[in-house]
Amino acid sequence: MISVYHYMGVAGILFAMGTYGVLTRRNAIVIFMCVELMLNSVNLTFISLSAHLQNMDGQIFVFFIMAVAAAEAAVGLALMITFYRNRASIDVDDMNMLKW
Amino acid sequence: MEIIFFYLVAFVVVVSGLLVILCKSPINCALGLVNTFFCLAIFYVMLHAPFMAAIQIMVYAGAIMVLILFVIMLLNLGTAERKRYTQGIVWSAVASLMVLANVIFFLKRGRVTGAEGDITTFMVESVGHTELIGRTMFTEFILPFEIASILLLVAIVGAVVLAKKEV
Repeated sequence: MISVYHYMGVAGILFAMGTYGVLTRRNAIVIFMCVELMLNSVNLTFISLSAHLQNMDGQIFVFFIMAVAAAEAAVGLALMITFYRNRASIDVDDMNMLKW
Repeated sequence: MEIIFFYLVAFVVVVSGLLVILCKSPINCALGLVNTFFCLAIFYVMLHAPFMAAIQIMVYAGAIMVLILFVIMLLNLGTAERKRYTQGIVWSAVASLMVLANVIFFLKRGRVTGAEGDITTFMVESVGHTELIGRTMFTEFILPFEIASILLLVAIVGAVVLAKKEV
């Protein structure tokens, strides 16, 4: 029988992998994808707890997380296009124009 | 039988997650991420949430990943990453392992408890998952729903303004 702990273990592994990717990669789009991976692991936690506690609220939260992720994707990728137009690169090491 | 299937899907989701964080080319990372989204949709079906699985595939694998792939191909990014900082990798590995150890510690020591609601598996299968979601969303959560629509409008306008050449 699959318990809620199995799903939460998988979600924890995914979250740790997303953390590692955010901290090590240099490409801004890959960092963005790792953030999506972490968001998805949180979604899995919400839905498994919602099924375990027989309550609908967690799934509504997942719905709103998806709406925020879509907004974040649109704005973030527009930012990356603007940055690429200025510096011809989307390496996060090049993002130092605000540095004094 | 079900537990074997669970471990199979869990193995696939971990391998595609490793693909996302370790591949050199951003396109390969994106394809690994699509695979992860599909595996999570399978998990949602196993948790009796078919509507969430459907919008997971439509919103994440359909909309967001197409947007990301479009930007990767528009910017024509190569596989060249600069030299890696070994010290940074070591400390990042330490940080992510600490996150993982934290999760495992709480799962081993703690118990998931809470007040159980009335949405049982039988009710989900007899009434329908979409109807239950709709009932909850348009009664209890109507204000956050309206705020989310404003958020999406602001995001659309912001993306157009940011990506335009001259405002």
